Parts: sequence; C-alpha cells; structure tokens
Amino acid sequence: MTTTSEIRPQKPWQASLSQRSISALVLVGAVALSYLIVAVTPMKGKLAYVALFFVIFTLFDFLFHFATRGLSAAKDAVARAIVVLGISAAVLPIISILGTVFVRGYKGLHIGLFTHDMKLNSVSDPISQGGLLHALIGTAILVLVALIISVPLGILTAVYMTEVRGRFMKPIKFLVQAMSGVPSIVAGLFILSAIVYPITKSYSGFVGSLALSILMIPTIARTSEEVLLLIPNDLREAGTALGGTQWRTVAMVVVPAARSGLVTAMILGVARIAGETAPIVLLTGGGDSVNGNPFKGPMGSLPFYIWKSYSVGTPESITRAWAGIMVLLGIILVLFISARFLSDRRSGQ
Amino acid sequence: MTQSGIDKKSERTMEAGNLVSSLSSVAKSHVGNKSPGSRAQGIGLEARGIHAWFGDRMVIEDMSLDFWSGTVTALIGPSGCGKSTFIRTLNRMHEFIPGAAMAGQVLLNGQDVYAPGTDVTKIRLKIGMVFQKPNPFPSMTISENVLAGLKLAQIKVDNKDDLLEECLERAGLWTEVKDRLGAYGGSLSGGQQQRLCIARSLAVRPEVLLMDEPCSSLDPGSTLKIEETISHLSATMTIIIVTHNMQQAARVSDYTAFFLSEGGPGRMIEVGPTGEIFSRPKDKRTENYVTGRFG
Repeated sequence: MTTTSEIRPQKPWQASLSQRSISALVLVGAVALSYLIVAVTPMKGKLAYVALFFVIFTLFDFLFHFATRGLSAAKDAVARAIVVLGISAAVLPIISILGTVFVRGYKGLHIGLFTHDMKLNSVSDPISQGGLLHALIGTAILVLVALIISVPLGILTAVYMTEVRGRFMKPIKFLVQAMSGVPSIVAGLFILSAIVYPITKSYSGFVGSLALSILMIPTIARTSEEVLLLIPNDLREAGTALGGTQWRTVAMVVVPAARSGLVTAMILGVARIAGETAPIVLLTGGGDSVNGNPFKGPMGSLPFYIWKSYSVGTPESITRAWAGIMVLLGIILVLFISARFLSDRRSGQ
Repeated sequence: MTQSGIDKKSERTMEAGNLVSSLSSVAKSHVGNKSPGSRAQGIGLEARGIHAWFGDRMVIEDMSLDFWSGTVTALIGPSGCGKSTFIRTLNRMHEFIPGAAMAGQVLLNGQDVYAPGTDVTKIRLKIGMVFQKPNPFPSMTISENVLAGLKLAQIKVDNKDDLLEECLERAGLWTEVKDRLGAYGGSLSGGQQQRLCIARSLAVRPEVLLMDEPCSSLDPGSTLKIEETISHLSATMTIIIVTHNMQQAARVSDYTAFFLSEGGPGRMIEVGPTGEIFSRPKDKRTENYVTGRFG
C-alpha cells in the first residue's frame, strides 16, 4: 500500500482550524465584553450576564458571518443562536433541579434509610436514625394496586378507540384527553367524597390507589392508543383474512405486536403517579411504620414522607425531605429511561 | 416531417405487434402444458353482478366472473380499475373499509357469502388471501406464523408438525427455513416473508386463494419462486391473482380478465383463456392494454 497517490478519507465540509479559532474568539470576546459591561454599568446578577452574553454573542456571530459569508449565512447564524437559547432555557432548569436535589439530598443518604422506618423516630432526630423503608414500600404498594386497576382499563379503552372504533369513540377520546389534565387534588377529593366518607369511612392505601388510577388511566389509554395506531393495518387484515374474529385478532395479533409499546405506556403511567402528593395526603393517612396491607391502616409513601418532613422545618427534617426527593426522582428517572429504552428497541426492530 | 411521423407510428405498431406475439407465445406455451379445460373441476367461485362503492362513489360496476376450481385467473388492468376492491368483495374484506358498500352475489359452492346469517369468519377460512405487502405477524416465530390461522379460528389439529411442514413445503419455503422454525417471521427476506404468508393462508385449507399483487414488492428471483408456488398450488385450488405485470399474468394464469375504468367505475372489459386475451383479444381496449399502448 505504498502508492504515491494514497487517498485518505477527508471531510472538506468541516470548518478549518482558522475558522474554528475565529469562532472561539467570538465566544471569548462576547464573554469578556458582557463581563465588562456588567462591571461598568449598574446591571447586576447572573441573569444580566446571561442576557448580555446572548445579545453580544448573537451580534458578533452575525457580523462575523456577514463579513465572511454574506447576509443569508448571517441570518442563519442568528436563527441558530435563537434555537440554542431556546434549548438552554428549557434544559437549564431541569439540570438545575437535578443538581439541587443531588447536592441537598445526598447528605441525607445512609444505609439505614432503606432498612428502617420512622416508627421509633421523629423527623427531627439525627439523620442517621430512622429511614424511609415504610415510604418506599407504601409507594410500591400504591403504585402496584393502581397498576392492577389501570392497566386493563387503560388498554381496553385504547382498544375501543383504535380497534372497535364504536359509536362513542369520539366522545371517549375527548373525555380521555380531558381527563389526562384533571388536577390530582380533584381526583383525591372525588374518592374522598364518593368512597371514603360514604363507604370505607377510613383511610387506607387502597383508596389512595383508586385516586391514582383516575390519574393513571388516561395516561395509559392515550399512550396505548398511540402505540396501537402504529400497528399497520395489514396485520389486522391478515388476522381477519385468516378467519379470526375481531376479538381474537386484537388479542393474538395486534396487542402482542404492540407489546413493548404497551409496557412503555405502563411505565409512563407509573411515572405519572409515583410522585403524586395531593390525593395521597388526602386519602392514605400517611403512617410512619411499614404497612403491607393496602386495605387496612394508614400507609406511608414517598410524597407523603417528603411533605411531612419538609413541613416540620427543622434542619434534619428538611435534609430528610431532600433525601426523599432524591430517592423519588431516582425512581422516576429509572422508569423514564427504561421506557425510553424499550421504545427505542421497538423502533429499532 | 409527416413522413417521419408515419414512420414512428408504424414502428410503434410493429413493436406492439412483437410484444403481442411474445406475450401470447408465453401464454400459449403455458396453457399448452395444462389446458384449462382439462383441469377445471367445476366452478369454485362465482361473482354475480358485483357493484362496489366507497361512500357515494361507485368504484366497480356490474362485474360477473366464474372462477374454475384448479385454475389460476389473473385480473389485469391499470391502477384504479377496481381489481383489488373486486377481490376484496370475494372474501368479504371489502366491508372493513369505512363507507364501503356493495351489491351483487358471491357464490361459493352455490352459497351466497353475503346471505344473511352467514358466518363471515367461516367464509374467510375457505377463501384465503395473500396481500400486496408481506405481513407476517411480528410477534410470532415462523412456525407460529404458519399455524396462526388455526389459533385465530380456534381449529384443533392432531399433528401440527406435519401440517407445518406440508404448508411450508407447498409454499416452497420448507428447505430454506426448516432449521430455524423458531426464528421470528420478520427475520426472513421479503420474498421469504411473502411465501411465509402463503404458507400461513394454506394452513387453514382454503378452497380459494386470493392474491393481491403478491409480487409487487419483491425482486425478480423471489417473484419467480412465488410463481412456481402458484403453479404447484393451482392443481388443488382456485387461485385468483391481481397483477400489474402482464408477463406474470401470461406466465401463471389459465384465464385472464381485463378490468378498466374509463373515468367512472371499473368494469370488466373482457375475460377469456389467457392465450386468447394476449393473442386475439376481442376488445380493442384490451388489445391496447396488453400491447402496452397505455396503462
């Protein structure tokens, strides 16, 4: 391979070193100038830096591109700057939330957190005592019971909207969309007045799960509907052309083909309700000890633990609350990532 | 100028003439091997005065056709002439499309499939269908795909393995997949998937097989394999195939029907033995189409 005209892969469309250094110069210049302006004028604060930097950088970038490549390239550069600003405005708060939760929450972490409940401790005790086992188990049970109620109902609703397409399809579709915006406190109050006061007359995990189901069913129904709509009509026709009734075609061909998408719908439903606080505070009674029975006795949960710890207001209790938030956020993140992973795998097939 | 115009025209006519003779020779040699008259075992399926609508728009007008058992009938015609709609009325798949309506009778062994009280799933068991795009069930393995019809229609079979092998053998796929029956249907190539779909429709033992442009998304090699499969199958069943490919119609069919829509609903212009349709069509429009002057 020692020919004189050896051809090597190149990327002629990439910016050259000098172009890149000019871009870097524009960036550095914008930073320096905004720093300078903040220093000499009465403007103060982080926001002033950010706003000035954005304006100056956009201006510099515009001028640089205008000088080197003309007006249309310069306009393109401005549009790109605005898009980057939009993304930053959307992403920075999320990163900030995650960062704050980690910085404040990790101080409350210790081994006992996952092995002890708060039966013998108050939230103002030193951090190393007690834990949130009862809240973890409570949330797990609440979510599980809500799943058992919501998954069949949600998927059947989606099947009605995509497969049966009956006369009430449009009103039901509208209702499901409207229901997915129901404030969680309304769901909690509804269960309180419709179930707790007239029937059970006591708080329990189960009534909390009922309220969570009201919030979860629309989420599962809508996501499942979208997933089922993605299944090509060919498969339904193939199933019926083989002599299957509609029900058997749906159950044996359409739903199995959408399996991973339906699991994603389920996970998104769980992520929707795992952090719900209002109905939990209203309905579950919020115990401090581990309670494995959803039908009897007060049941703790992570949102309740956070709410209760935070409202006490001592330094220890607030640290406990942040640790609880960190655990809850971690669970929800894991759920979203696994939903994402599953749906990626589906589209990759 | 006028001279050259005439030259061009006559040249085209000659080309067309050549095409007619080549198509008819393909058709003749094919029909010569197995003349339709000798193999026909009575009328398997009769369409009587079929009309079809989507909403207010009539798409098929008054089509009547007999399909003989043991023969292959090709439906040809330009796009939008109602070929697919017509075969979908035969196994009652037409009614799946919102706004669809129809009139007329489809007689399977003398019984109208549209008669009140008919179990439509039983009809579709007897009249199988292969679609334009290969559509194996993605959640099922190759063997599950073949046997899916039994599960869907809740039919009990004593020896599933024998049936599996028989169907794949008849669809010409057995030797290619016998070592990986547990693989998913989607892992096969397009042509293999289509033969898998044929095997799947054979498993419920239909009397009639409808094929809606089964080769339109396949390469020539796979097309050839499917055509061989059709030839083998036609010995025992009624096959109706929609195709855009006139060479294919000439190669595989015993009878050919030409459909045409002249602005309005699709009509059947002519039907006859394939050799005659391609060599001595009675209707000028058929001749224009089979010689490639339009469509």
